[in-house]
This record gives sequence, structure tokens and C-alpha cells, in this order.
Amino acid sequence: MVLRLTALVLIGAGLVVSGAPAVPETDRAAAHVLDRLGYGPRPGDIARVRAVGVATWIEQQLRPERIDDAALAARLAPLATLALDSRTIVQDYDRPAVEERRRRNRAPGTTAAAEPPAGDADRADERTAPTPAQVKNRQVLADLEDAKLLRAVYGERQLEAVLTDFWFNHFNVFAGKGQTRNYLTEYERDVIRPRVFGSFRDLLGATAKSPAMLFYLDNWENVDPNAARRAADARQARFSRSPRRGRVGQPGAVRPLPPAARPPRGLNENYARELLELHTLGVDGGYTQADVVAVARAFTGWTMKPREGSGFTFVAALHDRGAKTVLGHALRPGGGIEDGEQVLDLLAAHPATARLVAYKLAQRFVSDTPPPALVERAAARFLATRGDLREVVRVIVTAPEFFADDVVHGKLKTPFEFVASAVRATGAEVDRARPLAKTLRELGMPSYGCQPPTGYDDTADTWAAAGLLVSRVNFALALTANRVPGSRVPPNPGAAAAEAVAAPAFQRR
Amino acid sequence: MTNRRVFLKSGGVALLAVGFAPTFLARTAAAAGTRKKLLIAVFQRGAVDGLNMVVPHGDAGYYAARPTIAIARPGAASGAIDLDGFFGLHPRLAPLMPWWQAGHLAIVHASGSPDATRSHFDAQDYMESATPGVKSTRDGWLNRYLQARDAGQPLQAVALTTQMPRALQGRAPALAVGRIDDFAVRGTAATAAAVEASYAAAGDPALHNSAAEAFAAMRMLAARPAANAGPAPGARYPRSPFGQALQEIARLAKADVGLEIAFAESTQWDHHANEGGATGQIANRLDDFATGLAALARDLGDRMADTVIVTMSEFGRAVAQNGSGGTDHGHGNAMLVLGGAVKGGHVYGRWPGLAPEQRHDGRDLAITTDFRDVFAEVVVRHLGADAATAAAVFPGYPVRPAAFPGVL
Repeated sequence: MVLRLTALVLIGAGLVVSGAPAVPETDRAAAHVLDRLGYGPRPGDIARVRAVGVATWIEQQLRPERIDDAALAARLAPLATLALDSRTIVQDYDRPAVEERRRRNRAPGTTAAAEPPAGDADRADERTAPTPAQVKNRQVLADLEDAKLLRAVYGERQLEAVLTDFWFNHFNVFAGKGQTRNYLTEYERDVIRPRVFGSFRDLLGATAKSPAMLFYLDNWENVDPNAARRAADARQARFSRSPRRGRVGQPGAVRPLPPAARPPRGLNENYARELLELHTLGVDGGYTQADVVAVARAFTGWTMKPREGSGFTFVAALHDRGAKTVLGHALRPGGGIEDGEQVLDLLAAHPATARLVAYKLAQRFVSDTPPPALVERAAARFLATRGDLREVVRVIVTAPEFFADDVVHGKLKTPFEFVASAVRATGAEVDRARPLAKTLRELGMPSYGCQPPTGYDDTADTWAAAGLLVSRVNFALALTANRVPGSRVPPNPGAAAAEAVAAPAFQRR
Repeated sequence: MTNRRVFLKSGGVALLAVGFAPTFLARTAAAAGTRKKLLIAVFQRGAVDGLNMVVPHGDAGYYAARPTIAIARPGAASGAIDLDGFFGLHPRLAPLMPWWQAGHLAIVHASGSPDATRSHFDAQDYMESATPGVKSTRDGWLNRYLQARDAGQPLQAVALTTQMPRALQGRAPALAVGRIDDFAVRGTAATAAAVEASYAAAGDPALHNSAAEAFAAMRMLAARPAANAGPAPGARYPRSPFGQALQEIARLAKADVGLEIAFAESTQWDHHANEGGATGQIANRLDDFATGLAALARDLGDRMADTVIVTMSEFGRAVAQNGSGGTDHGHGNAMLVLGGAVKGGHVYGRWPGLAPEQRHDGRDLAITTDFRDVFAEVVVRHLGADAATAAAVFPGYPVRPAAFPGVL
């Protein structure tokens, strides 16, 4: 039934694949979909997938809202910060930690007077033991890292977890860049996860307005230089008139701004460039430096207030209302927030974006060098459905190419996939996920810890290096010997043994 | 031989400035010719602002373009450290000044890639493949240098990074390892042997080769207890990932395990906002950078006679500061070359000027030295590559000594 429905959908889009249904109902196919749509089989999983049927299991995974995940919810319940909003995290977790550190640094006997620079928080903290407020604040990121592992290991909504990781990585933000960390909880929970089966345009827009992205790629500081100058002039005028601060300046004389005033702000290209290069068109997508500048101008005034934990705001006074041309399309002068919205519309519907999304998804699910014909079909589906991500993923994971012999077991696992799949295969019981999260650091893939906006690589040449391989083998040996604190492998005849998890075959999925 | 003479000549100054014992030169001379040359490549990822790192304080265009983040002229409070009356070092690069004064630190300014991309990813890729504009190049320039020679030692090339950098990817054996002490199978000898056997039998070329390299390197390290020695007196590394990586490089070099190419990276240079000037974000990063390099040079001691450290970054940053007190992606940048045989104490390269009409695209520092000419000079004059090897390392690029900046 499901198969027939799928076929009808494909016929509707004029994309029928001739021949027999692509999804084979075999043990091998069951293991394959568990490896690719999820984080590998647990003891007994292959039989469970066979019982419902491989094709049906795929359809179930494409509709996660219908999958009961109560057991996972119980495991996540103790991670209390997962439910918090950004304002609470900023006000009740981050600010107290920053203020406590400042108080301590000002105390006699210490030298550092200033807040440590972005990204150096850990280093600075090594100098003194963490304060109670710092311990509390660090729990926010720790909860996120632990939850990501627990979802991969114990969640029934496996494909949703895989795609949440995929799209977070596509729209990567980095916990180590200043205030970004305060917004990660909301970013993953409210921006990414609810949209991984939705429309690309919706996901793109939600990331564009997310405080995490606005801060990470600096767009919160991207303002019309003229507006900034106007604001500075107004401030200057107020200052000059203020009787408490001095008399009115001499005609023609420019009084200095009060020392606290910031220098005039202006354009910042960071978000505009990565939006074009990484989020949508791709580096060969045919845009120019002039397009980057025009897109940056279109997003002036898209901002947030980092110290308050506010959400997105559009400040019309900081927006560049001049005419702009983006990829040959004119944005009329006098525009406001719709300038940015139009740019997002344009980019989300662009064939280069369809190709980039199709290629990256095919690379994640199928092969480091995905078959061009499959990428083409997935890109066509993207355009035909106006970026319906569920449909694009369905095309890929039900394609004959997906089940091809040279594809099965052909992808090298990333460190995260390796750790999660090892825990699943051994049937390990995880009481504390912290040591697993620390293992990911040693394996070169800390969650939320990828600094550049490119996100982590998804190909074997990155992850097969000799040093990493030794660390992976060591983790497998430690896990199966019950030397990983917080995880216990029960005696289970159906579970994978040390030799199996440390073996070459287990490095692939 | 020319290089050696130059080094010996300027070495006298080094004694005074860096404070080596007088035996330094004697030992250097004795060791010359027996030891392998060592090249240490340091990548500043994120595109360091070369104009605030090596400050053109003699160019009025610099101050006009940077009202709040410029480094003041030498002599002013927190001003640049003057090098030659025109250029100066950022004040937090002070730890490198003894090497400049001793004539072992050279700078190549207005250098970089002829490709105009302002994408971090592409520009790093081009610099590490050393084929600007060509994405299909499969291997890195450092690996191609290794390929052109006889099959080498398992520890001939080591990146102190968890992932293999593009520059070292390729056919020739190379190792990427975050920490040397983590590089061993944690289990009984029987377990290690079983793991080695299973990977040796694997029909999976990538894993088979990786494992073979790993086990060969592990055996070599185990046979060299000198790899456990601490840093030399006075070599104080920053406790940052960069400092730790450099310290590990010195450990390997001093253990005589056949190290010829080492790679380390320094990150977080992408200062689009609140870059700061003499203090602030970039100052803190430069502090880490300079303290680390100075500690490494100190730690290597007389091995610096056989060592060249070269720093690189994917592109420079726009001449003018942007609207958030930072700098957006630009073009030309500055490279540092540090080593015993380096003809230092000089800023190399033609200065194109910073007036708007002198800039690349009207906004960025123009490039007058192709980064490949710096790499090529190191490969030819330091590592001793012949013409055929040099041609293989830089495919599609004519390696001409006349185009070398002349740092060696």
C-alpha cells in the first residue's frame, strides 16, 4: 500500500523509476536502512525491521510524529535545561556565571581583569576552579551534547535524529563563539528539528532569524552605514544638548562622543557570504562579490540583543532602504524586512540550491561520490515540490542506487556515527553520557564544536586518518571491556563482541 | 652552502639576542649534513588580518582605512614594534623580536593566492593543494613533496591535528595525531596484535593503509624513549591547543624519528566583528601565536639550524575595517619564515600600497608574491628538492628561482 502510494507520488512528479519496487525486503536491506537512516542496528533490530517490512519502516521513519518515543523521553527528562528558553539561559545561567567570574577576577591576588575572549572560556577557566554559577552554566551545553547521544542511541525516531544532525551541520553554528552557546538549545529544538521534514524555505528563514545564526555569523551587527551615522549624529546631538554633560558646543566645533559610545557601525558581509556559499547556491553557484554586498545590504537591520537573550527583531531604522540587485533581480528601493525575505525566496527556489541540497543529502545517505543521476532526480524533486525536504529524502532512500551492492557498507562512519552505533550494537546501558561526549572530542568531532561555518566533513578522506583510527579502535576496546565510565555492556549473546566493534567492517555503515 | 654561510654569519647576533650558550654554533656546525631538514608548516585558519599582524605603519592609507582598530605608529603607546621604518610587528608579536634581530625571521608581505575567491573553504583548499583555482587536485603540496622521494619513514610527516590536513593528504605516508601519548592501542599486546591483523587482512584500502601507517609509526615511537623528554629550559609554550601541538612537534623532532614535515594549525582568526587593535581579540590570538612559535624555536635549540617554520593563512582581510569594528574577507596577507638559515631581519616582497586605487578590487591588499614562490623556495633551497621534484610539487606552475622572494 505504502509502496503504491509512493509510486503514485512519483508518477505525479513524472519521475517514475521503471522496473520492480526499489526497496528489497531482505536482512541485508534491513541492516542497510538501520545503518543509513539511523545509527545502526541494536540487538534484534534487523528482525524488527523485517517484521514490519523495510519499505514500511522507511515510511514510518519519514513520519516521526507518529512514532512513540516515550522511552527516550524518560531518559531525557533529567536533562532539565533542554526545555529552557534562551532568555532564561542568558539571565539565569550565563549572566550569573559571567558576573561571578568578573567578581573573582577583580578580587585581590588575581591579574586578569577582563572577560576572556570568545572561545577561550575554557582556557581562562583553567586558571581557577569553576564557580557554582559556572558549573550550573556549563550544564546547558553538557545537556545538549548528552541528549544528542541519547537520541541517537535510544531514540526510535532515528531518521529525525540523523536529519537534525545533518541540517544543524548544514546551517552550522559553533558553541565556542561568544554568546552563540546560549542559543543552541533553542536553535536545535525549535529551529532545526521541527523543520527537517518541512520546506527548505521555511528552514532557511528560521535559521536566518535565529539568534544563534544572527550571532554566529555576525548579522546582528550588520547595519546600514548611513543609518548608523544618523544614529550617531542623533546621539551626538543629545549629548551636546545635555546640560549635565556640558554646555552647547561652539559653532563648527565637533565635540567628542562620550567615551562609552561605540564607533559607528555598518555593513558586515559574513552572513551574506555564507548564506550564498554554504546554505544555498554553493561556492560555484554563480554569484559575485557584488551579490554578496547586495545580500548583506538586504539583511541590514536583522538583529537581536545578545545580552538579553531576545529573539529576532527587525530594526527598520538600521535597514538600508536603497535599491539593490541580487543575482540580476532588482529589489525596489524603500523596502524593509521584505528585502531579506525576497532574497531568501530567490535563493530557496534557485536550481543551484536544489542541486547543493540534493548532492549533500545523497552524499550523507548514499556515497561520498553520489551517482549524478540520483542527484539530478533528487534536485528535480526539490524544485517540483518547492523544496519539500521529506520528498527529497524519500527519493534518495528509496532509490535503486541507495540499495546498490557497492553502496551498502560503503560509507565510513563519522566519529559520532561510530560511537553511537558501537553503543547500539553492544546493547550498552548508558547511565551517564558525559564520557561518551568527551570521547567525541578525542575523535575530532565534539558536538556543537565545529568552528568553521562549513560544518563537519562527511567523507572518508577526512575520517580515515591513522591517528583517528587508533582512537576509534581504543574506544571500541574500552566500551566492550566496560572501561568507559557511565556505560555498561551487559552479557548478551546477540550483542556485538569486542572483535566485531573494533574490526574494520564496523568502521563503515 | 650559501645558506649555511649566511646563517653562521648572522648567528653571532643570535647569541646575544636569544641567549644561547656559545656551544650552539659549534654543535650546529658539527651536526650539519648528518641530520634531516625539517619543515614546519603553520596554518592560521580563518584568514588572519595580516595588516594588523605586520603593520605597514609607513603607509598613510592604513590609518585612513582603520579609524578604531589600527595599530599605532611605533613610539606611541601600544604602538607597533618597528622593523624597518615602514613595517612593524603587532606589539603582541614581541616574543618573535629576538629572532628578527638575530636575522632568523623573515616576512613576505603582500603575498597570497592569485585566485580571487573569498571563501575560507576554497582558499584553504587552494593553498593546501597549492593549485589555486583547481579544485580537482587530489593531494596536498607537502604530500607531493614526500611522494617525489623514496618511500620514507612512518613518522616522516606528522600533523598535530585530529584530522589530516589537506596539505598532507595523498599517497605518501603521513600521520595526523592530536596527542602523541594517545597514539597507542590501549590493551594487551595480544589485543593489539589481533587488531593489527584484522586491519592488515581488510580488503578496504583506506582502512588497510591507515592502519598500516598507524602500527608502523607506533612501533617507531615505542622504540624512541627520547620522545618523552620535556621542553628545553626557557621554552614556555602557551597552554592552548596550538601551544600543545608545537610542543609535540618539538618532542618528535628531538626524538630523531625521521621527522621531515610537521604541520600545526592556529585557529579563530576570522574577526568580522570587534577585532580589536593592540588589545582585544586579535591581540589575544597573536599572543598565543607568537608565544608558541618563540617557545618552539627555543625548544628546538640547535636543531633550528636545520629547521624552517613557515606560516600561512588562506587570504588577508579588507584594508578598511567594516561596520562592526572587524574586517571582512580580503586578499593579500603576510607570511612568516623562521629558521636558522633564513635570511631574516627583512620584509620581502614589493609593497603595492594601500591607497584605494592601489588595492585589489578597490578594497583589499594586492598580491605581489604568489604564495607558491615562498613554498617553492623552501622546497628547493631548504629541503633540497631538484627541479623535477619541485615541478611535481607545484603542478602547472613554473618554479623559477628568479621569482623566489629570497628568504633562503
